[in-house]
Amino acid sequence: MSEMSMNTASGADGAAAQPQLREVPAVRMEAVYKHYGDFTALNEVDLKVARGEKIVVCGPSGSGKSTLIRCINHIEKHDEGLIYVNGIELDHQRKNIDAVRRDTGMVFQSFNLFPHMTVLENCILAPMTVSGMSEAEAKDLAMHFLTKVRIPDQAEKFPGQLSGGQQQRVAIARALCMRPKIMLFDEPTSALDPEMVKEVLETMKKLAEEGMTMLCVTHEMGFAREVADRIVFMNEGKVVEQAAPEEFFKNPKSERARTFLDQIIH
Amino acid sequence: MSHFSPTAAVNYFFNYFLMKGVLVTIGLTVAAVIGGLILGMGIALMRMSSNPVLSGFSRFYIWFFRGTPLLIQLVVIYSGLPQLGIKFSVITCALVGLILNEAAYLAEIVRSGFMAVSAGQREAAWALSLSPWVTFRRVTLPQAFRLMIPPLGNSINSLLKATSLASVISVEELMRRSDMLMQEHFQILEVYAAATAYYLILTSVWDAVQRRLEKHFGRSNAAKTRRVAASAPVAQAGVGARA
Repeated sequence: MSEMSMNTASGADGAAAQPQLREVPAVRMEAVYKHYGDFTALNEVDLKVARGEKIVVCGPSGSGKSTLIRCINHIEKHDEGLIYVNGIELDHQRKNIDAVRRDTGMVFQSFNLFPHMTVLENCILAPMTVSGMSEAEAKDLAMHFLTKVRIPDQAEKFPGQLSGGQQQRVAIARALCMRPKIMLFDEPTSALDPEMVKEVLETMKKLAEEGMTMLCVTHEMGFAREVADRIVFMNEGKVVEQAAPEEFFKNPKSERARTFLDQIIH
Repeated sequence: MSHFSPTAAVNYFFNYFLMKGVLVTIGLTVAAVIGGLILGMGIALMRMSSNPVLSGFSRFYIWFFRGTPLLIQLVVIYSGLPQLGIKFSVITCALVGLILNEAAYLAEIVRSGFMAVSAGQREAAWALSLSPWVTFRRVTLPQAFRLMIPPLGNSINSLLKATSLASVISVEELMRRSDMLMQEHFQILEVYAAATAYYLILTSVWDAVQRRLEKHFGRSNAAKTRRVAASAPVAQAGVGARA
């Protein structure tokens, strides 16, 4: 089945009222399952993300949000179902996995910067070894993105010398150096001290304004309200509901979403 | 009558015959470390493999060589194997024994080093689509190596002294040549004082080298301690964060 016919077939998908015709969606998941032993982390998940769309995935802990976005770049292997990223099928074949990973950037809760490399070295490693850039080109590129996340002056420092917020911004810059089409954020502010959350969210907002396709697992509902085109609410491995933020926060359809929102919005 | 002649001890220390024994000791140690590291790395990779045959073999290897005395291993290789028609030169016997034995210890050190690198590091490498080789060479190995240096240092220190066991199979290293001098001149304390001094010098030099290595590979970590608060969640968060 072609991507185009898939697109035209489903108009009522999420908040975007108009189906984006003739465009391959950034992400398409169909009946995706993921099990850890007896535990079902993803239970028949369907999701479609249009290019340029900003999705916030939320839900109680253990609901499968992280697993969902970790399946998109195959850091987690899905067990059943179909996942297409920019039209490339994630079928566990090496070349397809590599192609998808080159199209996606990921930011982790625990930053996962390489601690034995300077900030600059963290940023140029992939451009040099994967994209085959020269060191000078890669450094220019890295400085461009480090400037964008507002820490060009920290380029020669080691991650351990930076604050959590700075480290996470480096992680964003490092991912951007591979010029991804889709950015995946896995609770990017959950490990941060409260006063550092804002600088990371601001960086993400800037990225959103530039039209980056984003999937973000976060509990930052203010960010969701302001930036997201659509909220995807998960519970027990299922996508329970998806709606535009104003709709989702004003009248959540499911009982579970209502109790969830009661818990997290004080 | 009791006497100890410091002059004789000093003379033995500068004895050309003994010095050549020191060179053999150094050579045995260096060769055993290099051979042991290469073999140990292979054993460690097998141990971490999901293939039950490979990991089973590796487990058996480590169990066997760590569970038997090096002295028996050397004697079996030197005097026992010829019974089966397998014969090596004396020095080869010593090297085979030392390498086989050292590899078992180093394999465990290598394995623990790699296991201590958080899963998040590998995930970050995957997410950046780094190749498996680049991930190993640039991401996991340097971090694992830094963690391996202290136990590696201990193991090499032990190995340096364990080379003296090769004297039993007539390798003319420092210990054997001391014995030979002692039997010739009967100045027991004087000869062994010189040998002891050499062992102390060698282990001290190695200590200094190890400290340099730790300092070199720990430079990013030294930076980290200046900001413990900022980096504490990084070190431990690892895979635990799954929603």
